Amino acid sequence: MRVEANFSSLKLTSTREHVVRFVLGGVVTVVAGLIARRWGPVIGGLFLAFPAIFPAGATLIEEHEVQKKRAIGRDGHRRGREAAGLDAAGAALGAIGLAAFAAVLWRLLPGHNSWGVLALASMMWMLVSGSLWVLRRRS
Amino acid sequence: MSEFVARFLIGGVVISLFALLGDVLRPKSFAGLFGAAPSIALATVGLTIAREGKQYAATEARSMILGAIAFCVYASGVSWALERYKGSTLATTVALMPMWLGLSLGLCWVLLR
Repeated sequence: MRVEANFSSLKLTSTREHVVRFVLGGVVTVVAGLIARRWGPVIGGLFLAFPAIFPAGATLIEEHEVQKKRAIGRDGHRRGREAAGLDAAGAALGAIGLAAFAAVLWRLLPGHNSWGVLALASMMWMLVSGSLWVLRRRS
Repeated sequence: MSEFVARFLIGGVVISLFALLGDVLRPKSFAGLFGAAPSIALATVGLTIAREGKQYAATEARSMILGAIAFCVYASGVSWALERYKGSTLATTVALMPMWLGLSLGLCWVLLR
């Protein structure tokens, strides 16, 4: 199956939902900083991998599927849960990539250019996550 | 205070951008990868390095590995529960959130204390 972008799906997301994501993202980022300041970098670092937007994103996916099915007179709750479940399965693979991202930062940050290490770590996240997704599709 | 305003704005923008990517990409399982994008880290690492230095940021990153492992287990649990039970997605993702917190802190206690 090909990976593609479907920009028409953006119409399903309301302004309120965008605002909720923005505020949620901002609040979680601030709270992660406060936790690091209060309990130090060892505990604070855990919250850099907090599933910040995941519950809201998965819930939106379910709601959008329900809306689509309702428009054609069907109950879309089961389909909605299935779509959210697929999203969660993808997030599990993305989280392994997230661990690879963090490992690159941990090992390389002290001795190298910060922006270069961040770029390398981001590429590592994409590479590991994407490779795992391809492997899973083939298995 | 200005640091927290910056964190709020940068975090909001970065997390929203990754969420938008997840919205437009298909299939859903691929888009789901972006639910675990390094959005909080990308939003904050630059500020952390500027304020606390690289070694501090590296120490945070070491703990982040454990948080990410907990995220993988949590997301797998959510996927399994949504397939097996009839609870709503919001209820399932929120009800299982203590799994992430408990596993993160547990791994941290065992491996980094």
